[in-house]
Parts: sequence; structure tokens; C-alpha cells
Amino acid sequence: MTDLTKLTIAEARDLLKKGDITSRELTEVHIASVDAADALNAYIAKTPELALEQADKADAKIKAGEQKGMTGIPVGIKDLFATKGVHTQACSHILDGFKPEYESTVTQNLWDDGAVMLGKLNMDEFAMGSSNETSFYGPVKNPWRRGDTDTVPGGSSGGSVSSVAGFAAMGATASDTGGSIRQPASFTGTFGFKPTYGRCSRYGMVAFASSLDQAGTITRTVRDGAIMMESISGFDVKDSTSVDMPVPNFEAALTGDIRGKKIGIPQEYHLAGMPAEIEALWQQGIEWMKAAGAEIVDINLPHTKYALPTYYIVAPAEASSNLARYDGVRYGLRDVPQNGGLVDMYEATRAAGFGDEVKRRIMIGTYVLSAGYYDAYYLKAQKVRQLIADDFKRAFEKVDAILTPTAPSAAFAFGEKSDDPIAMYLNDVFTVPASLAGLPGSSVPVGLDANGLPLGLQILGKPWDEETVFKVSGVMEEAANFTAKPAEWWR
Amino acid sequence: MSNIDKATVAKIARLARIKIEDDKLEPLAGELNNILGWVEQLDEVNTDDIQPMSSVVNAKLRWRQDEVSDGDKQESVLKNAPNAEYGFFAVPKVIE
Amino acid sequence: MSNYRIQGATGDWEVVLGLEVHAQVVSNAKLFSGAATEFGAEPNAQVSLVDAAMPGMLPTINAECIRQAVRTGLALGAQINKFSVFDRKNYFYADLPQGYQISQFKHPIVGEGTVTLDLGEGRTKDVGVERIHLEQDAGKSMHDQHPQLTYVDLNRSGVALMEIVSKPDMRSPEEAGAYLTKLRTILRYIGTCDGNMEQGSMRADVNVSVRKPGDPLGTRCEIKNVNSIRFVRQAIEYEAQRQVDIIEAGGTIDQETRLFDPSKGETRSMRSKEEAHDYRYFPDPDLLPVEFDDAFVDAARESLPELPDDKKARFVEELGVSDYNAGVLVGEKESCDYFENLLSALAAKTGKDAKALAAKASNWVMGDLFGALNKASKSVSESPVSAKQGADLLALVEDGTISGRIAKDVFEIMFETGKDAEAIVEEKGLRQVSDTGEIEKIIDEVIAANPGQLEQYRAGKDKLIGFFVGQVMKATGGKANPGMVNQLLKPKLDG
Repeated sequence: MTDLTKLTIAEARDLLKKGDITSRELTEVHIASVDAADALNAYIAKTPELALEQADKADAKIKAGEQKGMTGIPVGIKDLFATKGVHTQACSHILDGFKPEYESTVTQNLWDDGAVMLGKLNMDEFAMGSSNETSFYGPVKNPWRRGDTDTVPGGSSGGSVSSVAGFAAMGATASDTGGSIRQPASFTGTFGFKPTYGRCSRYGMVAFASSLDQAGTITRTVRDGAIMMESISGFDVKDSTSVDMPVPNFEAALTGDIRGKKIGIPQEYHLAGMPAEIEALWQQGIEWMKAAGAEIVDINLPHTKYALPTYYIVAPAEASSNLARYDGVRYGLRDVPQNGGLVDMYEATRAAGFGDEVKRRIMIGTYVLSAGYYDAYYLKAQKVRQLIADDFKRAFEKVDAILTPTAPSAAFAFGEKSDDPIAMYLNDVFTVPASLAGLPGSSVPVGLDANGLPLGLQILGKPWDEETVFKVSGVMEEAANFTAKPAEWWR
Repeated sequence: MSNIDKATVAKIARLARIKIEDDKLEPLAGELNNILGWVEQLDEVNTDDIQPMSSVVNAKLRWRQDEVSDGDKQESVLKNAPNAEYGFFAVPKVIE
Repeated sequence: MSNYRIQGATGDWEVVLGLEVHAQVVSNAKLFSGAATEFGAEPNAQVSLVDAAMPGMLPTINAECIRQAVRTGLALGAQINKFSVFDRKNYFYADLPQGYQISQFKHPIVGEGTVTLDLGEGRTKDVGVERIHLEQDAGKSMHDQHPQLTYVDLNRSGVALMEIVSKPDMRSPEEAGAYLTKLRTILRYIGTCDGNMEQGSMRADVNVSVRKPGDPLGTRCEIKNVNSIRFVRQAIEYEAQRQVDIIEAGGTIDQETRLFDPSKGETRSMRSKEEAHDYRYFPDPDLLPVEFDDAFVDAARESLPELPDDKKARFVEELGVSDYNAGVLVGEKESCDYFENLLSALAAKTGKDAKALAAKASNWVMGDLFGALNKASKSVSESPVSAKQGADLLALVEDGTISGRIAKDVFEIMFETGKDAEAIVEEKGLRQVSDTGEIEKIIDEVIAANPGQLEQYRAGKDKLIGFFVGQVMKATGGKANPGMVNQLLKPKLDG
């Protein structure tokens, strides 16, 4: 029998349907694979008993003819999503021991479709990071190495990409605030998809920056992404920013036909100092699009260079408020100094519970909202954010999708950028603008750099037009024919 | 514009309720100044007559009907509490 | 203009007052969660995971709270903002689970309006309302249950409040009291707040400053959370005097938050050693702006009952009720409801126009009913005699079945026993004697028994007619129709 962990979700779905395999078999193999991948540190909590229980239910469903796309498919869940009775800490020390009494809508949608949870996945603390080095549970390793050197998987969805690239999950939930799905997907040769803001419910997703946070998926193929995205998407009355729009059949969008589609190439994304091989790969992507019959259109997004500074005001501001609830009163860590009062408890708990990057962002966010600085920073940033969104709006009057590199570099080594916050923030230079504008986007693996590390291209679409993003991604995937696999050194 | 000194860091830390040891204030001031100096490039952008973005979603706020549909779950509410007594959350007293 | 002045060593001081009233919105569920708003539940039993600010929980807005705020605005003749925004007010406290309160800062749901104060003797004064916004209530911290710990109950957490902010238009403790009284009356009429100050469903922050008349505004102090109208007056009196004393001693007023201690009748500073609050307001990214159209506002307007000022004017102008009676009746919704129910029942029963009955009915409610209630220490809603029963009693007077005097006796029995007036009249045989023959017979007997008085009467001592009326009434046990007695007696006395 073939190695079931190497199947795509689409392949497994078909085999399950035919009765050639059971979800229990598929799940057992994956549980073993999860254990074998401990060296990656992708999982911070494993749930094998729950997985098998869900697998048996899925098998019954399939027998009863009630199979859906995700029925019986073992997946990993980013620790950001609340899972009832199971470790949910956004990989922060401050949520020590927290087991929610509720389920996030995104995960509930998966379980309603019969999916199987292998465990909770590592991430940057509160999704703040681009290398998965800020997790309280230690860094995640990228299955792809630079020679003998370990590399970061990107962030913040490091556990998600690592588990999927390392065959320890068929797919994983992830979340994007400024690029936390697309950048790590690019670093690990996986397909990352972030939908339009409002497409997935944020209910039960630990908040980082509410106006930006959006759930998405990590899978090994575009088709798998379409299948899993369809499962987690949908309107939810419990989230006031969730939008009541029907969820299309994303898989049906994978027609392979992009003839006549206009693909925009933003001139501002030609960054000075970007590695030549990334420029070259981008050019290669453009050629593939042309060959598939698409029309390439040069576009301008004039406020691109202001996206990162805008993001680093808006996101920390919202975070400083969203993270105020972690105060040691109702859940998680509590640290009371001897003879300390309430305020001492707050200060000690939050000092002990938050890591350096989280503290840094809370401090920045508190400062930019404080009296006398609000207009100069926060209000200014929200105005520039509007200009950035307007740039995209104008561009999308001319094009159907936008093609850019996903990240300005391939995966880097641990510690390489962790001493310089701004250097780390620059990782998200291509992903942040679309996050600020709430647009759907993907990262498609297209090739390897000179060090044998994967690189991805980013495809962005109009609001609510995930179908075009999938369609173009599918064509890109086929043209690139990215079949490279990491050497399985961790097993 | 930004010139965060030690005292400002201490003030922000106090507002954010994060204890920061005295010897960490100076280095943190440096870090924050770096970041703020970097974000201040937004000053180059002319934003006269631009409305700040209120939401990236072009939708109206939905209203919920006035029905009691939740609550009555004291156990769930208190389940993760570091300290709960007699149905209350228990915290150290405020020291004046 | 009020003449309230504080006499200081350097001359007279004027007091400038503004009120911020927190009024709990009448709704079944909380502002942003489906948990109940009722008082008196077990601790943390009316708390949803949203109210407890569990990670990933999100607010969804209660339509009724929006409607109630709009209705309140309309009742105060205020501008209704069809676009408003919820902001986060950030601060840490144990009973504020989110670490911020969702409130409205830059764009409140209601703008400027007016409250017209009734200052007695027909005097009124308009006080401006600056704005009304919606916000969440906090939970409750209990500091006295345990030597080292504070206990936190989140049942109140997330209940909708309207913050009604007045302009600094008031100039005396009486005006501040009248403002609160009037506001409370209006809110209770339209049913947007139950106005119960003891339970805390209405509380006031009072801004007090003093100045020499004609001078610019002085520095103000805010007295937080005063929970009765009487305390508001006392707090202002104390605080204004305190400020005058400081200024006259050469000091200056610190702008600060103070607390009123009812047991001592004093205000004291709440300020701790900490730096001032910095609430870092910004629009709540979990919510979109609140928007509605004219149709929504119109529907809210149509749902409003007659407002107290309109009602009072109608009582006086259309029904002929005295200004004083109308003022008192309208002042309490329950009294007014009682009066209106009584009047309509009475009109229906007697077939007479309400206009012909209103003044009498209002006198009866204010006199007989309120007198008895007062003596029994009961409120109108606890009255043992219902409005319908009261109407039945007055109808018996109207149609001549009993006299007004007998009615007082009957009412006394009704009040004690709760029985209907007719039953008491029958049972006790109190029906008025209106038979001409019977009355004439008694008159003849009375005249015959008092020849001396008759002689004096006929000699010109007219006033003695009262004596004969009294004798006739006495002989009938008060049941003779007094009108008829008067009518029949005179010709007989005159001979």
C-alpha cells in the first residue's frame, strides 16, 4: 500500500468514497506521523484519542453516504482556534492551562463536515511573528533545510506549514493578520490561502488585530486548499464582521482556464535589493500566465511602501486593547507578588505571561493610542490604510488578479533576524498590503532557490472573488509543477 | 517626532499594566524609538480630506433580537479561573 | 435665573452644575450578549462567555438597546444620529473583563436635546442635553467579603447603559434635583429605564464648579455615582461650599473625581497617587458603525406614549384639572396612570364627558386616595382600591346614589377591606334618600320639633337654615340628598 500520509486531501477523499481506505486507517497513519515529526516541534498538543473517535464517526458518515469534502480527513489546528476542552493558548504563557468551554466556528465547521483533529499546532505567540520564534513552546523547524542548517518555517502559522509540509497533517487551519499564512507557505513549499476579510468567522479565534485577522488554510495543493476553505468558510451571526454571502464551490473554480483574464503586475513590488532569483521566478510566473492565455497588465499601487508602517501602527494598537483581557483574573496565568494587590497582580502576570515581541507590540500600540498621539499615529495610519485599499480598488478596475512574489526572501536560519524587529517585519512587505485591504490571496509554491529552499508566488483577488484566486493559483501550480519534497530528516 | 525616554516607557508600561524592571526601560526606549521612527515615514503621505478607514468590510452592522439566549453557565464561566470562591472570581484587593 | 448663591467672605458665588446620568436600558438581554439583565441572580449566573471576555469571544449588538436609545433621544427632542460608532475605552479593573468598555466617544447615537424642569408655581427652565450614548455596564467588585480578596460578579457586566450628558446649565441643588426628577419621569413614561435609583439602574455623576456671577467657568470636580436625588442635592451643597472655602482661602480647585459619603454628608477625593487615566479611545474593530434610516426613527417616534409635558398641558387645558394637581399627577407615572384609568372608567360608567369629571376626579385622587395611601405608607401601585373601584365609587356620587360625605365613609371601608363601593353601600344601607315625600315628611317633623329656631329664622336670622339642614341630615343618618333638602326646606321655612 502507498504511504497514506503522502496523499492529497482530494485523493484521500476519493479513496474514502470508494471504500478503498477508512478514515481510521488514514488517521492512525497520521497519528504515527505526528509522533515521528516531534523534531519539527509543529504540534504543541496532540489529540490522538479524539482523532480516532472522530475518524470512526467519519467512517460511519461515509458509509451512510453523507461524505463531504473534509469527512475523515486528519488535520492540524493552529493553537489560535478555540477547541472545546483542548489546549488553546495561542502559544502564550499567559494562557497557561486554558481549556475553552467553547469551539471556534472555523473548527466547528470542520467537525460538522466530519474532519479529524490530530492536535494543536505551534505558532508565534498571539500570531505576532514571522519566523515562529516567539512561541512560548519553542520555535518550529522548517522541514526544508539550508544544507545542514535548520531554517525557520516562517510565521506566524509555523506549526501549520511545518506539519503539512512534513506530512504530519493533510491540511491545517491557519490565520493571517499581515501575511501569517502566505509567508510561511512560501517558506515551506505549501499552498496557503487567506480569504476575503469577513469570509470566515472570527468567533473563537484568539484575537490579535481584529480588523485584520482572518482564518485560512495550509494544504499541499491548490485543490486541497479549495476543499478545506469551502469547509471553514461561511457566515456566522456570532461575528459582527462576518459577511452574509453564499460560499461558492471553490473546487469548481479550478477549471484550468484563465484565457483572457487580466493579471496585474504592481511595479512597486520590484524592491531594490530583492534576491535576483525571486525577481526571476516572478518573471517566470508572468511567462506562465501569458502562456496560459492571460493578459499581463502593469499596474501601480502607489502607497505600497507605506503598508508596513501602517500595519505596525494599526495592528499593535488593536492588539494592545485585545490583549488587555489577559489579566490573571478569569483564566490563564496569575502571578501575585508577595503582599501584592490587584495592580501588582496585573503587572506581574502580564510581565511573566507575555514574551518580548508581544510586549513590544503592546507598548507600541498603547503609545500610538495614548492622549496626544492618537491623531498623529493611529488616525493617520487608518487614513493611509484607506489610501492603500483605494489603490487596490483602482487596480482591480483594470485587472482580475494581481501576481507578486510572496516574500522577499526564502526561509532563513534561526536567530538571523530575531535581533532586529524591523528586519523581521520587512518579511511581510508583499503580504501586508492585501491584509490591510481585506483582500483574498494565496501563495503557490513554484520553485527552489539556489540553496534548495522553496519559494512562492502570491496571487491576490478582488473582495469576495476567491474563485479567481483559486483558478489562477491552479494554473500557476500546474505550470510550475513543483514536485520537490523535503528530505525527511526529522523522522 | 517620537522621542520616547525612560519616563515615557515607564508611563506606557504602567498604562499597559506590564511590570518592566528599571534596567530594561532604557533599552526598550531605544527599540520603541526605532520602530516609531520607522513608522513615521507616514508623515510623507498627504491625507488631507481622507476619511480614516472604519471597516474593511463594506457591510452594515447586523442587529440581534432582544432575546435571552445565553448565560446560566456559572460553572463554564468560572472553570478556568485561577481562584474562584462562592461563585465569584476572587482577586487580590486593590491596595490604595 | 436661579438666585441660589453661596455667601462667601468675598461676596456671592454662583454654582454651575452639569449632570452625567447613567440609565440602565430596559431590555431583556445585554447590549452585546444574549445573557439576561435581571437583578438578583446568583453570582456569575447571568454571564455569557462574551461578558466574561473569554479569548476569541465577540460582541453582537442588541437591536432593542438601539431602539430604546433612539426613543429616549426623541423624548428629549434631541438630534438622532443615523450613523454612530462604538469605541473602546481602555482601562484595567477587575470587574471590567475585556480590559476596555465598549462605549461611544466621537459619534454618539443621540445629539443635543432639552429637558424642561418644573420648578414649582408654574416656573420652568430648559436644561440642554449635550448627548446620549450607549455603553456597557461593568461588573461588581465586593471588597468586604474576605480579608485579603475582592470578589467579582459579572452579572452586570455588559448590561446596556445610556449615558445622558447635560450641559452645565443648572445653577442650584434644586435645579439639579428637578433635572434628575424630570429625566427620571420621562424615562419611566417611555419605558427606556425603570429609574430605580436604589438598585442602581439610574445613577448620576455631578460636575460642580463655582464662580462669581458673570465670571468665566471655574474648575470643576466630578462627584461620581450618586444614587439618590436627595444625595445629589446634599453633595452639591457640600461640594460648592468646599470649593468656595478653598478659593477664598487663596487656594485653587484641582480638577478631580470625588465621591459622596452619605453618612457624613461629605465629598472626598477618589484620586489615587497614580497618573490620570488615559482611556485610549479608538473605534471597536469587532463592530461596524451603527446605521439606520428615517423609517426606523419614525417607528420609534410612533411607539412613544404621550410625554409628561404634553400630558400635563392636556390635563390643564382640555380637562380643566388645576395646574398643581396636573403637575403632581404627571410627576409619577403610576399616579398618572391611576388617574387616567379612573377618569376613563368614570366617564364610561356615568356616560358623562371626561371634561366634566376630571377636576373632581383629580381632587379625589390627590385628596382622599393619596391621603389614605400616605397614612398607610403605601405607594399608588400598592393601593387596595383599584382605579376601577375608585371610579365606581365616584360614579355613585355622580348619579346621586350616595352623597360626597357618605362616599368618604365608603372609601374608608373600601381601603380597609378592598370591597367594591356598591356592595358596601347596599350592605350598610347607605343609599341616599331622594324621595321627595319622605324628605318632606322629615322636614315637617324637624320644623315642628324646633319652633324657637323657626321663629328666629323668620325674624331674619337666615343663617339658621344650616341648622335645619343639619337636623334633617341627622334624622336621615346623612343619607338625605343634600341638594333636595336645601330645595325643599326653604319654602317650608319661609312659610
